[in-house]
Amino acid sequence: MVQLDSPEALESFRQEILSKRDPKRPCISICAGAGCVASGATEVIEAFKAEIEKQGLAAKVDTKGTGCPGFCERGPVVVIYPEEICYLQVAPEDVPEIVSETIKENRVVERLLFEDPVTGERAVHESDISFYKAQERTVLCNNIKIDSRSIDDYLALGGYSALTKALGEMTDLEVLEEVKKSNLRGRGGAGFPAGRKWEGSRNAPEPIKYVIVNADEGDPGAFMDRALLEGNPHSILEGLILGGYAVAAQEGYFYVRQEYPLAVENINLAIKQAEAYGLLGKNILGSGFDFKVIVHQGAGAFVCGESTALMTSLEGKAGEPRPKYVRSNVKGLWNKPSVLNNVETWANVPHIINRGADWFTKVGTESSKGTKIFSLVGKITNTGLVEVPMGMTLRDIIYKIGGGIPNGKKFKAVQTGGPSGGCIPEDQLDLQVGFDELTKAGSMMGSGGMIVLDEDTCMVDVARYFIHFLTDESCGKCVPCREGLRQMDRILTNITEGKGKEGDIELLEELSETAVEASLCALGKSAPNPFLSTLRYFRDEYEAHIKEKRCPALSCKELIAYYIDPEKCMACGMCFKKCPAGAIDGEKKKIHIIDQDKCTNCGTCFEVCPTKFGAVTKISGEPVPAPVPEEKRMISKKTPSKESQKGK
Amino acid sequence: MSDIQFEIDGRQVKAAKGMTVLEAAQGAGIFIPTLCHHEKLEPFGACRLCIVEVEVKGWTNLVVSCVYPAAENIIVRTRSGKVDRIRKTIIELLMAHAPESPKLKELALEYGAVKDRYEMDSSFCIHCGLCVRYCAEVAKKNAIGFVDRGINKEISFIPEIAAKECNDCKECFPLCPTSYLQAAFVLAQSLAFPESEPGEKPK
Repeated sequence: MVQLDSPEALESFRQEILSKRDPKRPCISICAGAGCVASGATEVIEAFKAEIEKQGLAAKVDTKGTGCPGFCERGPVVVIYPEEICYLQVAPEDVPEIVSETIKENRVVERLLFEDPVTGERAVHESDISFYKAQERTVLCNNIKIDSRSIDDYLALGGYSALTKALGEMTDLEVLEEVKKSNLRGRGGAGFPAGRKWEGSRNAPEPIKYVIVNADEGDPGAFMDRALLEGNPHSILEGLILGGYAVAAQEGYFYVRQEYPLAVENINLAIKQAEAYGLLGKNILGSGFDFKVIVHQGAGAFVCGESTALMTSLEGKAGEPRPKYVRSNVKGLWNKPSVLNNVETWANVPHIINRGADWFTKVGTESSKGTKIFSLVGKITNTGLVEVPMGMTLRDIIYKIGGGIPNGKKFKAVQTGGPSGGCIPEDQLDLQVGFDELTKAGSMMGSGGMIVLDEDTCMVDVARYFIHFLTDESCGKCVPCREGLRQMDRILTNITEGKGKEGDIELLEELSETAVEASLCALGKSAPNPFLSTLRYFRDEYEAHIKEKRCPALSCKELIAYYIDPEKCMACGMCFKKCPAGAIDGEKKKIHIIDQDKCTNCGTCFEVCPTKFGAVTKISGEPVPAPVPEEKRMISKKTPSKESQKGK
Repeated sequence: MSDIQFEIDGRQVKAAKGMTVLEAAQGAGIFIPTLCHHEKLEPFGACRLCIVEVEVKGWTNLVVSCVYPAAENIIVRTRSGKVDRIRKTIIELLMAHAPESPKLKELALEYGAVKDRYEMDSSFCIHCGLCVRYCAEVAKKNAIGFVDRGINKEISFIPEIAAKECNDCKECFPLCPTSYLQAAFVLAQSLAFPESEPGEKPK
């Protein structure tokens, strides 16, 4: 094993790796991230390896499982280099064809390419796909190119060159100044300028300091940090080492949640590899800088993403926030100055050191620089991770990259910022994404969750869902959060169940004020946001629930009823057969009716009623029409269903 | 000693470095309501009842006085519309647990809190942590602790320690503002203390 004892040694080792690699040699990259593995990537990788072997190409072609490129909707994703041909939703059965056609004959397998849902055009290269076209991938771009378990792959792509630059050419203060100049803001939630945070620690008198990676990503629907941890762990580690150098810390921590086993494994492996090469440990690259990194697994409490709770947990105590008015960069872990940044923030640092703060600040808005990764989920055509320049409009993210709302539904709102973020309505879609812009709109950047909601989503229920999540995740230490959220959860549940009372909105507002103003930590202070932002933009929905016992989105189970329109029912028997509650009465040629007393509002009839009939409807806020009298239930005419089938 | 001077409710107050606003206020005879505070214990900052307004360099913030450090020239207001409103909500939330607690009733009178504003909860415990912290920090026995998290959090006697230590101590008993602790003790005693241990037998 090589021990690299100077920046020059690392650079020449990099050249050595590159000299052994032929850029023209075909390489099959298969995403081995959690999303693609869930849709069968492991089998696809095995199939490729076996097929390459079978066709006698093992000496000529590389196959590797890589990090997540973000297009999870269409996984498993396969990219074939050097042409960068991108195949989507690849199954093991497709593998022999890909190898014989694309690898051997250089022909594209059309049916596995991305097909633009609007134009119908197929895109051969990854960069031609509409999902990727409008993105700007700085932090995520290497994910698909490297085997996340190989430090040599990272080095081959220029990895650790920021470290050689920093240790070889820059003083620790210059590294700090560069990060300060870049105006990099924390990607974890509050958006605090990283450079200022670092400076505070550096200037604190305590000689022992720590740098920590917050990898306790716990927002429902968010997986950007996971993709980086699993896919490109060295990029985060390099950032952390640079941070350690800049603030004069000698120890760094990864606080990773236990629920990310692959991330834990890859980070541990990355640390071992870096240690073996001499990129961690004593006298790194001969610079005299000592630095070691320890991985700590969190036990799965959402609140441990909060800085002081995370540090308490790191100390081995129950993960509860501290009631102190001293910043943790001055008095943090074991009361020592501690810089805590999230995964994505650290992963940005090597790029800033490599290319300079001026390069970094070219992208973005006045107050938010660089790019931001969002996990675009919910009612959106292209689910996945997207990295966009700060300042891109929500509309562009949702429509240009996300491909809009599926099934012809109407957009209603986008929920950003994680559970304690807020919902932004349609008339604000031209809002540019940025820390201050999103906060002004009543939401927040958070760590970058973006959940798209369509017209079928009830906004009161959305608020209830997130408040319930936060109630569950409250650590229980302070009253405004523990008791306040518990009551908010109850009141919101009552409203969605049709038990809302006059005055509930005001009561919720009062509880919100107390939680925002008096909670101990950021979890409680921001917890009422889901309620406050939905109230701000969708007050009419709250009022409809409370005053009319009506759910405008026809979503709240207790407030709707299913009804079969006798004019439209063709007695096909689908709903009758599928109803799990036996609530539907009907027979051949006899109009079906729902026994409202037996109906559990599960919605099965609504889903199975053939679209061409559309006889089952949802109603809310009005009485269910009386069923057709028995004598009028027989359908005498020939069922149009047969006629229409003949027509086809 | 008195090296910091600042203002509370229009009065000039002196404090030693390292003191909290609450300690300084108490020293000057200015009353700020508390529930989880105890002079022998580390500040806990959990009940948030001691919330006050602090003006620093023209910026007004709400802070909890039991952990906020006293500082030169700050202006503290112990009552304001907002402070009173928040205290009232906190008291009402706690009254959903212990509506008959004398301490809470007294506070409710002062702040106009209504005891049945919120849906009632079955546990009398208001999680002030006085018993848990007193046992750990002063008695140094660790016979009682918090179990679980969030809304499911409870105090619980650790039977092995409690059976040996509690009968002769019980110093935490008068600290409990809702008498829940005594009930929890009786329950723990009857369920978990081995009868062969010296001391009181289960009733």
